[in-house]
Amino acid sequence: MAVMTYLESVRETLRQEMRRDPRIIIYGEDVGVRGGVFRVTEGLQAEFGEGRVMDSPLAEAAIVGTAIGAAVNGLRPIPEIQFADFIFPAFNQIVEEAARIRYRSNGDFGVPMVVRAPYGGGIHGALYHSQSVEAFFAHVPGLKVVMPATPYDVKGLLASSIEDEDPVIFLEHKGAYRSIRGEVPDERYLIPLGLADVKRQGTDISIISWGMTVNFSVTAAERLREEDGVSAEVLDLRTVRPLDIDAILATTKKTGKVLIVYEDNLTGGFGGEVSAIIAEHALFDLDAPIMRLAGPDVPAMPYAATLEHAFMVTPDKIHDAALKLARF
Amino acid sequence: MARAAVKNKMPKTIAPDVLEDMFYNIVLARALDDRMWILNRQGRAPVVYSSNGHEATQVASAFALDRGRDWVVPYYRDLALMVAMGMTPREIFLHLLARRDDPNSGGRQMPAHWGLKRLNIMTSGSVVTTQMLHAAGLALGAKRREEDTVAVAYFGEGSTSQGEFHEAMNIAAVWKLPVIYFNENNGYAISVPQRKQMAVADVAARAEGYGMPGVVVDGNDPVKVYEVMAAAVARARRGEGPTLVEAKTYRFVPHSSDDDDSAYRSREEVAEHKKSDPLITFEATLRDLGLLDDAKVADIRARVKAQVDDATRFAEKAPDPDPDTLLKHVYYGD
Repeated sequence: MAVMTYLESVRETLRQEMRRDPRIIIYGEDVGVRGGVFRVTEGLQAEFGEGRVMDSPLAEAAIVGTAIGAAVNGLRPIPEIQFADFIFPAFNQIVEEAARIRYRSNGDFGVPMVVRAPYGGGIHGALYHSQSVEAFFAHVPGLKVVMPATPYDVKGLLASSIEDEDPVIFLEHKGAYRSIRGEVPDERYLIPLGLADVKRQGTDISIISWGMTVNFSVTAAERLREEDGVSAEVLDLRTVRPLDIDAILATTKKTGKVLIVYEDNLTGGFGGEVSAIIAEHALFDLDAPIMRLAGPDVPAMPYAATLEHAFMVTPDKIHDAALKLARF
Repeated sequence: MARAAVKNKMPKTIAPDVLEDMFYNIVLARALDDRMWILNRQGRAPVVYSSNGHEATQVASAFALDRGRDWVVPYYRDLALMVAMGMTPREIFLHLLARRDDPNSGGRQMPAHWGLKRLNIMTSGSVVTTQMLHAAGLALGAKRREEDTVAVAYFGEGSTSQGEFHEAMNIAAVWKLPVIYFNENNGYAISVPQRKQMAVADVAARAEGYGMPGVVVDGNDPVKVYEVMAAAVARARRGEGPTLVEAKTYRFVPHSSDDDDSAYRSREEVAEHKKSDPLITFEATLRDLGLLDDAKVADIRARVKAQVDDATRFAEKAPDPDPDTLLKHVYYGD
């Protein structure tokens, strides 16, 4: 058992998986010699060679489009999109091709591929290095969308994603890369996709989140307990597709008050889906209206520190919203 | 013009029985095509996409492959290619009529959206040019696993305007992938003529910009198409990288059964091109070579008609997909 950062957990999981499965290849912009702009793949080309860890031309549709073909022809490609903001040139390949190849071929073909992409803001990334893109992909049947919050979850979810027979969008919060540390067992383990995790038990209110804002929610929950005497449960969805509906309904029934927290802008964000599920299946278990706390409805995150901070969902904002809900 | 142009010697590159087999495939593909249009006009097939006019190009290119082992990544124009790859007439008509046992898609896709794992035919969608990157990826898989197979992407000249054409040509050349980009240039992307699509005379001219050979070939001449394709395949198998082949051909019918090509090209133009219809010119070639005579042609036509009739009857009687299967195959194990 080692304590490591979120980023180190991604790298060590890739290393461990590549050692056990020769079908795995990694490629993308700058992932080879440079080890990626965040150093996630640092040292992997030295260990596994240029045949398995390759710098690609600067072309996202080509990165994903070729990975589809490679997956069909016996490999387990893990293409990297340098920033989730740059995934849209590959949107066509992901949505029109990868997601529906199994369906359109009546089960004849499948695309076992993991598209890794750093998402999220708070790192002075401005409009084009800060976006949360999960809602676009969570909308698409045929895809799986994974958003780990902790180094432990990174390892188990990434291993499961690589083993999965279907295309997975694996979104790593770049703010978490170096700021979030945790214990990660040395041995290999799998966390099933579609299984949420209660990160903190509570009885008064439920905070439902995914990705980096899970960590912010846990911080807020600590403060709620210490300063306000409010017991907040934090449910980490871990994957937004498939979605653990049972866990959402269980925490709703337990506390009767739900705050949904996400960094993506509010309208049409994935929180709307969570809210709808609760409204459909647990309306009479609620003691207060469902509340959402999310990024504002502006096109993307601005650069200046003051503006960026104003955009971000922070532990303080979560605390304040949760307290309001608890006192409803 | 057609007969006058034929001064044939037996090609050294293709055995006589293979030439006859090519001809059979061309005749079969055209007959299936003609039947599809009849079924459409009778209201028995909602939509038809045709390879009518492209048969020599497609069949000859397939014959240069190790069929069933090499990958082909088709587009909607490739009926004759499917015939040559070994998809049976029954399978083709099950697909046309969206029957349960359509091996391409189980009735889920529109006609001419091919894909059959048994024959290493990659599944295809409707957004053009995505398949060029899939071909590069299939070739990457073969190269990484040290198989000596190649992948061939087929596409129209309209596709060359898409960004993914550029991305695929570039990445295939940079990574020296065993892939062949096979352009079936029929001069029209639905109604838009080539001069409104690109400012060059030959698609193949673009190859130089990517660092790969580009070859123009007369798509109505199956022997030449075969020879060009065989050279490209050999180059790919030797590990020397991709080739762009441009086969100049012509589509004798509208883009689909819902199109009216008289809106954008004259009947005279179509009639002029029909003089080099490979169905006629290739038959003439093989007669000149002494490989075909009236009796043999009559026999081929009778066998083809029997196959097409059988496929029509078989597919029309075949069951539709069960509505209860709507939710199947979204994910593995569904």
